[in-house]
Amino acid sequence: MLIFEHSRPGRRNYSQSPATAAEIRNIPQNLLRKTLPLLPEVSEMDAVRHYTRLSQLNFSIDTQFYPLGSCTMKYNPRVCNSLAMLPQFLARHPLASEDTGQGFLACMYELQEILKDVTGMAGVSLTPMAGAQGEFVGVAMIRAYHEARGDYARTEIIVPDAAHGTNPATAVMCGYKVVEIPTGKEGDVDMAALKAAVGPKTAGLMLTNPSTLGVFEKNIAEMSKIVHQAGGLLYYDGANLNAILGKVKPGDMGFDVIHINLHKTFSTPHGGGGPGSAPVGVAERLLPFMPVPVVAFEQGTYRWLTEKEIPQSIGRLSAHMGNAGVLLRAYIYIRLLGAEGMHRVAEFATLNANYLMVELSKAGFEIAYPTRRASHEFIVTLKDLKEKTGVTAMNVAKRLLDKGYHAPTTYFPMLVPECLLIEPAETESKQTLDAFVASMKEILAEAHAQPEMLKGAPHTTPVRKLDDVKAAREPDLTWKQSS
Amino acid sequence: MDIPTNLKYTKSHEWVRLEDDGTATIGITRHAQELLGDMVFVEIPQVGRKLKQREECAVVESVKAAADVYAPISGEVIAINPELESAPEKVNEDAFSAWLFKLKPTNAADLDGLLDAAGYQKVLESEAH
Repeated sequence: MLIFEHSRPGRRNYSQSPATAAEIRNIPQNLLRKTLPLLPEVSEMDAVRHYTRLSQLNFSIDTQFYPLGSCTMKYNPRVCNSLAMLPQFLARHPLASEDTGQGFLACMYELQEILKDVTGMAGVSLTPMAGAQGEFVGVAMIRAYHEARGDYARTEIIVPDAAHGTNPATAVMCGYKVVEIPTGKEGDVDMAALKAAVGPKTAGLMLTNPSTLGVFEKNIAEMSKIVHQAGGLLYYDGANLNAILGKVKPGDMGFDVIHINLHKTFSTPHGGGGPGSAPVGVAERLLPFMPVPVVAFEQGTYRWLTEKEIPQSIGRLSAHMGNAGVLLRAYIYIRLLGAEGMHRVAEFATLNANYLMVELSKAGFEIAYPTRRASHEFIVTLKDLKEKTGVTAMNVAKRLLDKGYHAPTTYFPMLVPECLLIEPAETESKQTLDAFVASMKEILAEAHAQPEMLKGAPHTTPVRKLDDVKAAREPDLTWKQSS
Repeated sequence: MDIPTNLKYTKSHEWVRLEDDGTATIGITRHAQELLGDMVFVEIPQVGRKLKQREECAVVESVKAAADVYAPISGEVIAINPELESAPEKVNEDAFSAWLFKLKPTNAADLDGLLDAAGYQKVLESEAH
C-alpha cells in the first residue's frame, strides 16, 4: 500500500491542535498557487506506521543472511554510524575554511594514507561517489596519461569476458573500443588470447582479481608483464578486494590504478541504502592526473589540493569531497580493524566461502570450478538440476526467500549456466552458514519431490512471485489516483 | 535440437536466410533465445545503415541480460521487422521465423564463411562441454 492510499482530505499531523493558517507576507498574490499540491494527507502516526511497516517487509542485512555474490553484504558496525554522525561532522559546511575543519581533513588525509598502504599505490583520491564513477575516473586517467605523452594510437581497452558489465561500459564511456578476451576452463584469463590481443593500440587491461568467477587469477605477474611491455596500463577493479585485504597489494602485482568500493570492502551501507563511494589509487605515473580535491598535510596543517596544485587533473567528480559521510564511516571502520583486523577480514571471508562451498558440494550441489579454491565467493551451477527437474536457479533463489534468506546473485557471471554466485562475507557465524546449507538441502529435495511447488516460489513473502517479464515489457511506475 | 537446414549460421548464434532476390534475412537462433530467456526489448539497426561483417548491429534484451547481435555478413540494411518493437516475445516463440532485419549483401565472399546446419550443430555441442 502506498502512502497516497492512506491519504484522507484534510488530515494533518496534529488533528487535535488548534487550526492555524500559515501567514504569507512576502510573496505577491499572483504568484501564490490556488490549489493545494497533490501530497498525501496523513497524520504523523499514519506516516510512522506506514514506513515502519515497509521496513518490516524488507529483506536487509540487519534482519537476514544476505549472501549476494560480488556485493559483499557485510555487517555495518553501528559505531561507524554514530561516530560519523557527531555534530561536529554533520554541521561542518563544505565551504568552511580549512582552519575550522582540521579534524575532518585529518580523517580524510589518514584515510588516503591507509588506502595507499592497503593497495600499494602512490596516491589516492577519495572523490568518486560510486563504483562505476571510480572506474570511469580510473580509465579517464589512463587516457589522460597516454594523451599527455602524445600517444594517440592507443584506442583499445582489453576486458576479460568474466568482468562486471561496468568494465566494458566504462571503457566505452571513456571513448575506447573494448577488446574482449575469453576465460579458460579453469576460470583464469586465457593467456594466449591476451598475448594475441595486446599491441600498440592497447591503452590498458581492466581486471577483477579475484575474478567474478570466485577464483584468484593465477597468472597476474605474467599478465602485468605482457600488458606493460606493450605499453598499456593495468586497471584493477577492486570490487572483490575483500578476499585479499591486508594480504597482497594490487600495487605489488604491477597495477597502475585501482578503484575501491568502500560500500563493499569497508562496510559502509549499500544495496539501495547507499550512497556508494569508490576512492581511486594510482601508481606514480598517474599522480598528475588524479581527480581533485585531495588532502595534503604540510607543516602540521591539513589543506586541500585543487586544480591549482594538480593542473593536469582529470577534474572533479562532485561539488566537494565526494560522499563525505560515507568516507568517514569507512575511515572509522578501518581504524577499528587496524592492520591486524584487515588480515582477519580476508581470512574469515575466504574461510567462510570455502567452508560453505565444501558443505554445499557435500549436500549435492554442483560447484562450477570444483578444482579451484574459492576466493571470498564461489559459484554453484544448477544446469543438471534444471535438465532433470526443470527447476532453475531463479526458482531456487525465490525459494530461499521462503526460508528466510536473501537470494544469492543469480545468472551472473553469464559464463556459467543456471548459476548462483554465493558470498557469505566474514561477519557470518558457522551456525548461520550451517543453517543456510540445511535450507539449501531441503530445497534440493523439494526440487526432486515437488518441482511444481518450487516453480511457484516464493509462497510466504509479502509479495509473491512477480511477473518480471511483464514488468520489463510494460513498466508502469506512476501511481494514479483512482476516481 | 531441430536446426533448419535451409539457413546459414554464425558461431555467435545468428541465422541467415538467402532469399531468391539476392537479399539476406537475419535473426538469432533458438539456442540464443533459450540462453537469454524472455525477451523484453529488441533494438534493430536503422534502414540504410551499412554494416560490416561481425559489426555489432542490434541488441536483444531479456529479463536476464542484454546481448549484442553481430552482422553475419557485410551489407546495407533494407528492412527491419516492425513486429518486434511491440512484441519482442516473438523471438522466444519462434526464433527462426522472427527475423530482425534484411540486408543487401555487399561482399559475396562473406557468405562462404557461414556455417551450415551441421556445422552449427557442432558449435552447440562444443559449447555444451
